[in-house]
Amino acid sequence: MSAGAALRESAVPQRTTLAPGQTPDADVVEPIVRVDQLTIRYGDFEAIKRVCLDIPPRRVTAIIGPSGCGKSSLLRAMNRMNDFVPGVRVEGAVIFNGQNVYAAECDPVELRRRVGMVFQRPNPFPKSIFRNVAWAAQMNGYRGDINELVEQSLRRAALWDEVKDKLSLSALALSGGQQQRLCIARAIALQPEVLLMDEPCSALDPIATARIEDLIDQLKSQYTVVLVTHNMQQAARVSDRTAFMYMGELVEVDQTNLIFTRPGNPRTQDYITGRFG
Amino acid sequence: MSAAPALFQPRLAQRRLLGACFHGLCLLITLVGVFVLFLLLALVFRIGWKYLTWALLTNEPSFLNPAEGGIRIALIGSVLLVLVAAVVAVPVGVGAAVYLEEYARKTRLNQLIQLNIANLAGVPSIVYGMLGLAIFVRWLRFDRSVLSGGLTLAILIVPVVIIASREALAAVPNSIRHAALALGATRWQMIRHHVLPAALPGILTGVILSVSRAIGEAAPLIVIGAAAFIMPGGGVDTASLFGWARWLREALLAAGFTALPIQIFDWSMETDPEFQDLAGSAIIVLLGTLLSMNALAVGIRAWQQGGKTR
Repeated sequence: MSAGAALRESAVPQRTTLAPGQTPDADVVEPIVRVDQLTIRYGDFEAIKRVCLDIPPRRVTAIIGPSGCGKSSLLRAMNRMNDFVPGVRVEGAVIFNGQNVYAAECDPVELRRRVGMVFQRPNPFPKSIFRNVAWAAQMNGYRGDINELVEQSLRRAALWDEVKDKLSLSALALSGGQQQRLCIARAIALQPEVLLMDEPCSALDPIATARIEDLIDQLKSQYTVVLVTHNMQQAARVSDRTAFMYMGELVEVDQTNLIFTRPGNPRTQDYITGRFG
Repeated sequence: MSAAPALFQPRLAQRRLLGACFHGLCLLITLVGVFVLFLLLALVFRIGWKYLTWALLTNEPSFLNPAEGGIRIALIGSVLLVLVAAVVAVPVGVGAAVYLEEYARKTRLNQLIQLNIANLAGVPSIVYGMLGLAIFVRWLRFDRSVLSGGLTLAILIVPVVIIASREALAAVPNSIRHAALALGATRWQMIRHHVLPAALPGILTGVILSVSRAIGEAAPLIVIGAAAFIMPGGGVDTASLFGWARWLREALLAAGFTALPIQIFDWSMETDPEFQDLAGSAIIVLLGTLLSMNALAVGIRAWQQGGKTR
């Protein structure tokens, strides 16, 4: 709680004016992440075009859109995992806690501790369950009781009861759904302020998916969650706000119930009613 | 319906026959290869069986009486050579592989470097012998010592170690790298804790295979001029730890040494056919060493694959 909560409370961005092209949204008073005129190019291909998006704290924000619309690129800009794509160029800013993560003085290693990530396919380390959760905390100089941290993280990821007797077993022995919850536990062990989830259920069966969705619902009491999904029902079920992206542009962002009942843009309407995508 | 011309003409019998012929041909070729190998082994054993005794391993070499000839000095020489080669080649090779695979961007210069490493792995070993002679024996004045020979063998196997290590590193899935980096680890922490451990069995296999290549090399050592039958570190008192250090220094730096392949070469050049039998015995020892090292590499690979399913 301690350090993470303190950091979250100090998270008051300086800007309150809306960027051009952004949907006015009374729901967002003080965003924890503000994407400002972000453009991402891979070589000549423009994956993201001047996108502006505010992420409210302790809410679940879903990013939906057809394949290749740039939703993953947008997500990975928030913890600079895009840096590892050869030929990537970024313009604009991602403001996290008042600081541009693309500014020279921002250390991406420290950023990634504070902005955690869960990937599409469960990717536990081929090590014990305990080591999976404890490793990153130790690498980042965690000074508390590591056993306590592992238990607490696994509890928050709703995995503790299933693995408490086999912490020394290889993480690869777990089922796909358990592995994904382990990856969530591993991410929240670092007490991140924001948790990015890139289609976390697309490799899972419906039962495992339901468990992860329950978990996301619980996590938002403590963490800010940004969820990329191609599953509109999932976005409708778990998110508070939904952003719809199409061809690299942010078409619309609003409260989830509004997006799914009264979308403001005809393209959003077409997508959520299944006319394309 | 029967009047309509058939759209397909399967000619199944003909196609099956062709398939069977190819199957048989491949089997025949495989059998020829295996047969030749076994013939070679059988011949070596028939020739070398006579002198394959414990004394062969412990005796000093002799060019007068084949019954008293042994490979003790050659064996110690080979072990020292391979140790020097491995101690130098493994850190250099693995380090280069980590750089090329984990750090280097895909620039033109790096692609050129990689192409050249692949080419170096194919350079005939005698060329490395010339290089060793010029650099270590003449220029650095290490003389015709075990050190010169070992360093030459190290240069010889570095490209192989690099290529094997790169393959092992490339086989580590990127999802592991991304997982580590997304958790706020530095590149070095990611490599140290996740990439290298995952690649270690593959790297070890490559190291063992390249070291077993170094054991069998005769040409570069002959070029360097290793042909003396001097006991490595002979005459040095090894009563104390200090004595062992002096022995090592003497063994590494003294001019003149021999190794198993050279010993075999020398004996096979003798006119007395008995010495050729002796060479056969030494070949069995060399083959046995190589085979057990390769078996170790296979074992490590199997253990690695077993570990993956765990």
